[in-house]
Amino acid sequence: MNPVRKRRLVITLLILGAVAVATALSVFALQKNMTYLYSPSEVDAGKAPDGHPFRLGGIVKEGSVHRVPGTLTTDFVITDRFQSIPVSYTGILPDLFRVGQSTITTGSMKDGKFVATQVLAKHDSTYMPPQVEQAIAKAEKEHRVPKTTQGGGAP
Amino acid sequence: MNPELGQVALILALVLSALQCVLPIVGAWRGSRPLMATARSLAIGQFVFVALAFGILMWSFWTNDFSVAYVAQNSNLSLPWFYKLSAVWGAHEGSLLLWMLILNGWTLALVVLGGKLPEAFFSRVIGVLGFVAFGFLLYMITTSNPFLRQFPVPANGVDLNPVLQDPGLVFHPPTLYMGYVGFSVAFAFAIASLLGGELKSTWVRWARPWTNVAWGFLTLGIVAGSAWAYYELGWGGWWFWDPVENASFMPWLIGAALIHAQAITDKRDGLRAWTLLLSIFGFAFSLLGTFLVRSGLLTSVHAFAFAPARGVFILVYLAVVVGGSLLLYALRAPKVTGGKSFALASRETLMVIGNLMLTVACAMVLLGTLYPLVGEALDIGRISVGPPYFGPLFLILMTPLVLALPFGPLSRWGKADLKVWRNALVRIIALAITAGIIGFIVGARSWYALLGITASVWVMAGVVLFAIKRWREAPRGKRYPFEMLGMMLAHFGIGVFIAGAILTTSMSVEQDVSMKPGASVDVGAYDFHFNGVTETEGPNYRAQQGTVVITRNGKHVVTLHPQKRTYSGGQVQTEAAIEAGVFRDLYVSLGDAIGDGAWSLRVYDKPFVRWIWGGGVFMMLGGFVVVLDRRFRLRRAVEPEAVRAAPEAVVPPKLAEGEA
Repeated sequence: MNPVRKRRLVITLLILGAVAVATALSVFALQKNMTYLYSPSEVDAGKAPDGHPFRLGGIVKEGSVHRVPGTLTTDFVITDRFQSIPVSYTGILPDLFRVGQSTITTGSMKDGKFVATQVLAKHDSTYMPPQVEQAIAKAEKEHRVPKTTQGGGAP
Repeated sequence: MNPELGQVALILALVLSALQCVLPIVGAWRGSRPLMATARSLAIGQFVFVALAFGILMWSFWTNDFSVAYVAQNSNLSLPWFYKLSAVWGAHEGSLLLWMLILNGWTLALVVLGGKLPEAFFSRVIGVLGFVAFGFLLYMITTSNPFLRQFPVPANGVDLNPVLQDPGLVFHPPTLYMGYVGFSVAFAFAIASLLGGELKSTWVRWARPWTNVAWGFLTLGIVAGSAWAYYELGWGGWWFWDPVENASFMPWLIGAALIHAQAITDKRDGLRAWTLLLSIFGFAFSLLGTFLVRSGLLTSVHAFAFAPARGVFILVYLAVVVGGSLLLYALRAPKVTGGKSFALASRETLMVIGNLMLTVACAMVLLGTLYPLVGEALDIGRISVGPPYFGPLFLILMTPLVLALPFGPLSRWGKADLKVWRNALVRIIALAITAGIIGFIVGARSWYALLGITASVWVMAGVVLFAIKRWREAPRGKRYPFEMLGMMLAHFGIGVFIAGAILTTSMSVEQDVSMKPGASVDVGAYDFHFNGVTETEGPNYRAQQGTVVITRNGKHVVTLHPQKRTYSGGQVQTEAAIEAGVFRDLYVSLGDAIGDGAWSLRVYDKPFVRWIWGGGVFMMLGGFVVVLDRRFRLRRAVEPEAVRAAPEAVVPPKLAEGEA
């Protein structure tokens, strides 16, 4: 093999090796670090993983937000108007967190309660996970709840 | 001024862009000088009309013309004037217009500065840019018209999203877009050379300054965005691996790789095909980034259901631009091989390693960013991929790059002197370990912080050794040409950035606390004393303002006033109060009243956080400085070569086009 070809071969092998390692790492890391999002109905139906962290999305139920006095812990209920899950979060809630607004929380179930480590309310206040949106649309159709007022965020 | 006039201006610009795409390229193909000569006037004309449209939209914001739907949705009577003007690019439609204006600006710069480029080549470049502009204008006019009227006219606007009411918004999008769109120039050069079937790689030298400037702007845009998130989101974080951030980071990674690949092609004639490919991908990722952010594709797949036309247009446009370029590449690139050979131990190899790591990192980010989208499309469920995926992987991928980085500049092209490597290695290791020990003595205790210090000094030591080497070996006046200076600045910036990123992550003290007025909390070496909350008012908001007195060993350091603002539109926005310093930031943000007069507060001591952005600023300067190098001045001396190249550049395309 002439030196130019040999060099090319080495470089090509190097590239292939690096790409293979990177792909393997990426896929592995993806599998380890994906979190799935569930609606309260899905959690109630037992679809959510037990003991593993997942995301719970829905509406913050009216009149459900209570602070535990003297601590940073807040208890509230997330609902899709069919099922509701009690949530407990310790920390400072984001600006967009409000009753009747859609929220995504990350955490895991503990004794029938969702203990959240993170509460998200995106810049985009109109965003809602599709499952939740469908459930809520259905609930509104069946007149289970008065239409919730959306905050005056930018569309 | 009449918004419809802006509409007309956009349509005229669309017509001009169509002509700009066709006439100069046909001219270059047929060798017709009159047709090629249209390139300049068409580009200038398009710039004038887009600038006119932009001015009219600005005027509509200035005069509170709420009959324009876009103005009504993003402005308000009580909005301060500077936010009114920057609200022009506060949402989808207007930011597309800004994108267009900047594209026309870059094209105009090419018209002004590229006068000495060979005519046929220049015409093709302008033609390709015309094609890009045509797609964008068509997209804007058909799906995202900023001048849409609405009746009845509301008495007041909805107001600009409060998150965007920050000096950050004034600078962040324009600089980011300068970067995004700037890659279109390198792209146009690459496509023009492929179209012309040019076997020479002289075009790379012409493209290099443009790529460097674009990358510099993109760096600045990302830095501004990161700083903005730090100030405005109230979390004290500076990077979240959020899809929107990733969208700007991917072209940055490719851009960094492209800069180095271009250098190899320019100087050693090697990696020509790779440079072409990176030029295409750099711009493709810019397009992807713009669309991902602006279409709402990522926050919600609903963007498709919501405005199917937008989503479909984006897909088709991306497919045409990327697919078409890649097809052209596949047809032409096999002919562009060659270049000087290099040994395994050489500067080229190190740069190839860097390139490889950067592109693989980009692929990794792309995978993580798009995976949730794919997951949803395939109905696997809603998935999110967050920092636990990106963070460690990025660190792993960047390790070889950081390790190799000091040795690149110290090695010779073609074949490196192993003795030089050995000497440098010994010195760099000695310096890095010394720095680690000093860090330990000064007070860095975690292994991660020590790793950060060592890695940072590893990179900086390389730059210093290189500076010394040049000082010794090169004659006075030729020691640090601008191209080299730019490289040194950017590499030094990476060292600064590593120190900032890792030290901030490992040494920050962050606490969420509940405090009653009069209470104190210790954070690191500082004492934060809370003096309660009062009401205050701004131009378009009311605010609850906390007072926090910070002392160190009983000595007053600073008094901070974090705010919780309620804007006239009803949105709530936290304004963190920050005492900024070179070595540390003290950060207080106000949470909620939690009963009994107590408030929740977020108090941070963040050492070295400014170094993150400082490093970015060094990199940006590096990108800008390179342009001043004599190497890139288009001299008269280029002319004879260009004349010689001209027949070659004009005739073969006919043949090539025939066989294609």
